Amino acid sequence: MELTRRDALAALAGAGILGSGGAAALARERADADGPGRSESGQPNQSRSEQPDLPSTAAVVETLVAVAGVVYPSAVDGVREFVETFARRRLEADPEHRRGAREAVADLDAHVVISFDAERFRDLDPELREEALSLVGTRTAEPARDGTAAERVRYYLVNDLLFALYSSPTGGRLVGIENPQGHSGGIESYRRGPDG
Amino acid sequence: MNGGRGSPDRTPSPRADACVIGSGPAGALVAHRLASRGYNVVVLEAGPRFDPDSRTDRMERAIRPGDARSVWDGGGERDAFSSSGERFYPLNAARVKGVGGSTLHWQGMVMRLHESDFRRASRGEGDADWPVDYDDLRPYYVAAEEALGVAGSDDNPFGPPREEPFPLPPFPPSHSDSLFAPACERLGIAMHSVPNARNSEAYDGRSACVGYGTCQPVCPSGAKYSADVHVRKAEREGARMIDRAPVGRLATGRGGDRVEAAVYATPDGTEHRQEARQFVVACGGVETPRLLLLSENDDHPDGLANGSGLVGRYFMDHLFAGVFGTLDRPTRQNHVGFLTSETHQFYDAPGRAVEGPDGVAVPASDADLAPFKLEFFNYAGPSPVDLALSADEWGDDLLASLRDAYGNHVGVGGLVAQRPRRENRVTLDPSRTDDHGNPVPDIQWSLDARARRTIERANAVQRAILAEMGAEIGGAVGPTDTGPAFHHMGTTRMGTDPDESVVNPRLRTHEVANLTVASSSVFVTGGAMNPTLTIAALALKAADHVAADL
Repeated sequence: MELTRRDALAALAGAGILGSGGAAALARERADADGPGRSESGQPNQSRSEQPDLPSTAAVVETLVAVAGVVYPSAVDGVREFVETFARRRLEADPEHRRGAREAVADLDAHVVISFDAERFRDLDPELREEALSLVGTRTAEPARDGTAAERVRYYLVNDLLFALYSSPTGGRLVGIENPQGHSGGIESYRRGPDG
Repeated sequence: MNGGRGSPDRTPSPRADACVIGSGPAGALVAHRLASRGYNVVVLEAGPRFDPDSRTDRMERAIRPGDARSVWDGGGERDAFSSSGERFYPLNAARVKGVGGSTLHWQGMVMRLHESDFRRASRGEGDADWPVDYDDLRPYYVAAEEALGVAGSDDNPFGPPREEPFPLPPFPPSHSDSLFAPACERLGIAMHSVPNARNSEAYDGRSACVGYGTCQPVCPSGAKYSADVHVRKAEREGARMIDRAPVGRLATGRGGDRVEAAVYATPDGTEHRQEARQFVVACGGVETPRLLLLSENDDHPDGLANGSGLVGRYFMDHLFAGVFGTLDRPTRQNHVGFLTSETHQFYDAPGRAVEGPDGVAVPASDADLAPFKLEFFNYAGPSPVDLALSADEWGDDLLASLRDAYGNHVGVGGLVAQRPRRENRVTLDPSRTDDHGNPVPDIQWSLDARARRTIERANAVQRAILAEMGAEIGGAVGPTDTGPAFHHMGTTRMGTDPDESVVNPRLRTHEVANLTVASSSVFVTGGAMNPTLTIAALALKAADHVAADL
């Protein structure tokens, strides 16, 4: 099932990004797409707006795409575009959330350095990413904004992705509910039967 | 100016006709009605004014685990309470301190009380009748439905008589309702629509419901009525709203027969006195008696307007009863967060038998039973997004589990009335204080045998319905694990005898001439109907009486 731009916008609306200051965020999105911070070579870029010792917004987005490869079901397509659209705008629009996500990526990467022959989670081979997330303790951790590393990885990375997917129309339809909680899908679907 | 640069002015108004304490539905409607008639009104609200644009973020807080902030920023020292009764009372689970009060959180079900609710003692079911009856409140119910924007249909054969259609068309029945309907028909149980304070189409400048599915605790679209609507209307009529201004006491003048000032604190710790000609306490069934008790003085040694000793007594709530199960087919739950069908068939006949094609499903009972109503759930069972966020698996395994867990649940809930009992009460806990050093409320709450018996009765009918549908029963909420519906009622009861009540039928306290109470606290009995429409009707009535005295 294809995740669409509409799904990403729905997820953004569910996260309070669109509709209140969202337009400005959208305008800045592209400018930030290659964002400051750590470059792809791994060398940190200096920025007035981003702390150089934390991964950049772009790095967070790339990490989220990599995490989505683990936590999203194989039945969905278009994951990269969905995650990029959702995550970039969300991180841009919510500085507090962005900082939490950057710290979570830094924590995740730090664990990867210890346990794997890699510098960053997103550099791991896809088959190792699930093992890495499990080693951090993310699978069983309670999500917590201000918790341990595992709890924050669960909150800012895994659950950000799961919330975006399963509160979107396509994610809901995977389970059998085209208007899932958190999505403003109107007041017709509740009246329809399963074949409607 | 008060509070430093950039802070709103929270100093008292120099000349106020009326000071309204609390900005939930009662306070907001009183303030609006008085302001629209040209009176100078000041509203004091303990909590903040919330930015409407924050509601989507609050919805995410409600859905996602792991955010320690409460949806409406409640809890902490400000909202501390005690619960020393037989049963723990979870006071903060559903109340909001802020502009709009707990209607920011509420479900939005708005029924009128039945005619019988005003005459429980005459029916041998309680210690007192209301000093007003249904006909007295009827015009105010009409006005309240218009103010809140109630979507409904006059299809309830068990409801009280109506004179006008609802302001908005009803929400049509759900697919889930259609699964209940044949079984209920075979059992002789009539389903009917639910009056909702929720826009079925655009109304009063607010959009129609867009189906976020999180009505309780937050409606991001504003389609669900919340009392901040009437606070804004009141402000447009000239009323002044002071938020983050908890009132610690009401100060009376010489002789104690009039309130001179509401003494409140501002965030910087400054204490102010708002003087007015009339005072209206609209703080709900817990904070209203608490404020009167905190206002004790030499003339009122047991608390303001408490010569009867009844301030805080007769605390009531509605009790939840429910039975849940699964069917062998999709039931389409959790698309919306509100109800579209219920039945009041057992309200005035709780002991009536339920008979189906196979004989008597629930035998008739002549036991002493309370009124109850049944609600056909549109949100039985888990919401997939909720499950996903707490699962310990992911990817295809998670999706398989979600598909397995979601889709075929059904549930019948219900509310059961609680008889007023003196021992159920709100007092002050002198051993514990809030963020301003005031003793916190202590809720002493228990259930009597009648309530337990009625919950069992409701469960029996609920089981019969699910059984007739062919459902596999999965669980029930019965007398042991029931909980409150967070409808705080009865702690400054209305009556004509000053020895047996706190306020008179004009909602004026017997002992303090310029002090009115607009709140569910004046309810003599609570019935089993969600109380807010009656709160709104009484508030409009109170406003008329206050206006007459200004």
